[in-house]
Amino acid sequence: MIEALYTAAPAWAIQHAAPLLVMVPLFLAPMLALVPSGRIAWLISIIGTTISFLFALILLYLVQTSPVGVVDYEIGRWPVPIGIEYRVDALNAMILLVVTSIGLLASVFSWPTVAAEIRKEKRPFFYSAFMVCFAGLNGVTITGDAFNLFVFLEISSISTYVLVSLGAGRDRRALPAAFNYLIMGTIGASFYIIGIGFLYAATGTLNMGDIASKLPELAGNRSVLAGFAFILVGLGLKAAMWPLHQWLPDAYSYSPSFVTMFLSATATKVALYALIRFLFTVFQPQFAFEQTAFGMLLMPLGIAAMVVCSFQAVFQTDVRRTLAYSSVAQVGYMILGVSLGTTAGLSAGLFHLLNHAMMKGALFMAVAGVVLSYQGTTIRDFAGLGRSAPWTMTAFAIAALSLIGVPLTAGFQSKLQLGFALFDQGLWWAVALVVFSSFLAVIYMGRILEAVFFKPPLNPRKARKEAPVILLVPLWILALANIYFGIAAKFPLDLARSAAAAAFGGEAFLK
Amino acid sequence: MLEFLLERANYWAVIVLMMIGLYITFASQNLIKRMVGLGLFQTTICFFYVTLGKVAGGTAPILFGPDAPEHHAPAGEAAGDAHAALDTVLTAGGEAHGRYAELVHTYSNPLPHVLMLTAIVVGVATLSVGLALVVRIREAYGTIESDEIRGIDLETALAQHAEEEKAASEAAA
Repeated sequence: MIEALYTAAPAWAIQHAAPLLVMVPLFLAPMLALVPSGRIAWLISIIGTTISFLFALILLYLVQTSPVGVVDYEIGRWPVPIGIEYRVDALNAMILLVVTSIGLLASVFSWPTVAAEIRKEKRPFFYSAFMVCFAGLNGVTITGDAFNLFVFLEISSISTYVLVSLGAGRDRRALPAAFNYLIMGTIGASFYIIGIGFLYAATGTLNMGDIASKLPELAGNRSVLAGFAFILVGLGLKAAMWPLHQWLPDAYSYSPSFVTMFLSATATKVALYALIRFLFTVFQPQFAFEQTAFGMLLMPLGIAAMVVCSFQAVFQTDVRRTLAYSSVAQVGYMILGVSLGTTAGLSAGLFHLLNHAMMKGALFMAVAGVVLSYQGTTIRDFAGLGRSAPWTMTAFAIAALSLIGVPLTAGFQSKLQLGFALFDQGLWWAVALVVFSSFLAVIYMGRILEAVFFKPPLNPRKARKEAPVILLVPLWILALANIYFGIAAKFPLDLARSAAAAAFGGEAFLK
Repeated sequence: MLEFLLERANYWAVIVLMMIGLYITFASQNLIKRMVGLGLFQTTICFFYVTLGKVAGGTAPILFGPDAPEHHAPAGEAAGDAHAALDTVLTAGGEAHGRYAELVHTYSNPLPHVLMLTAIVVGVATLSVGLALVVRIREAYGTIESDEIRGIDLETALAQHAEEEKAASEAAA
């Protein structure tokens, strides 16, 4: 299928696929703000995300068929390291595929929820902010320049604050949530840029590959160490690494349903990608300080996230808040995989990242469907929905089972890989904790599923109906993907494995 | 000791200002003051980068006198091929070659300044979004003190909870 697309694409599209992937949504964004009607803006945003998705597929094909496994593009033909370079290898290609495919599904499903939750005159601007955010996330993923990454990180973050705050139409608590997110997010990005300053002072370059090739001779240099610490904290904050996740539950619970769905499946993933890029490609894992960071910092934090935040999820009364805490716990699984510092661990972490995007996307889409037909998100509001909205709730249940990690779902496959990677290192106690955390997931998802399928409706007189078809189609695509990749896990597993190999194979990245 | 401190005066200034900014951001309850702290924090980063670009004895990075391009080649020819021109700029192993090795004057590094132009734009965008949010918060809550906002949220949530309990018990009856 990808090959057919590749042969059908014109030569200029293949040659300039990397910048166009980012540029098309970025140029569409101001146009969307000028469009008079929200519905037209919605259709244009679908076109934008579709184009980006096609370019991501082309790039994936180019990377897989290229002999070195890297596609690079010099912006404005300025040679590296003077100019900015877009550099795609198996790792970015996978993340780009996740972001653009989720972006496409999200933009298709968005219209009914946006029409219900956003005031009429704000809808074109809402889609404009969404396009900017989408372009920014793609830019973070695709760029090979450390400072350019900061700029795209802020482009996506600032538009995210706006998107979150638009939830104020439904619940005014969205405003303080967006404000706190703004403060934390800005501090995170600022820490990142301080770290880049230290690296620039030590190496005199901003190109990631160039920094990576100059770092080995600077091992033990204090400004490199300080830069590493600042970058780790800054990107950890953006990726909601425990205990830097405090902004996330509020931001996810009060923002518009569509925004929650899109952010939960993409934003933290992209920040985590940037962290992985720095940990494995720019700084090499054999550096002594990085081993310390893996063992003493990332592993305990990852484990703490998956246990503590699963506990917190158990005690929430709001479905979206439960899922938000569960998101932090899932980031913990990924960090745990990354912290092993092995190819198996990293590929398990990346595999879980991919699966988590699918299951959280499906769960939040189903919640959006419930919000649409019945304005509540507490667990009590979900009582009895299994009978009145069977299609929405069955998809919700499938994604919930995948989140728990039941066999034959995608979540099981990635937890299995994580378990194998942990056993390889002899960390059987960590495997036990992963299983324990999955039991906590049984409890917190079980509470919701029990209310949905076994409790009588809270107020039977209130009419509840199924979510509209345009919302059900993307929801079911994601839900079926959870089952399909749970049985035939070869495609995502290969993606994750080659991505992990690419992250480790710094040689292709170096000059 | 004094020499050690004075040699690094710029870094001390950066550290002190950055910590003041960070402290205001976290300790203050007033949302505007928190934005001020954040602005101070971001500005200090610009300060940090700008001091990084200073080369001892260097002047402003504008070629002048014998270094200026018109002394070497006609402007049109130099601008002709970006690649060829840059190849002469690129340094190999830290040593400058090409005509830039023969510069008469020492210049400061202009790159950090350029980076900070971008960072200032980002900072302004963040500040304006933040202030717009503060305006909206004031409209919705009637206050911009974060402890009062938390109190209002708690009261609303408790009232809502009590109402739901009442409705549930009525439905059961």
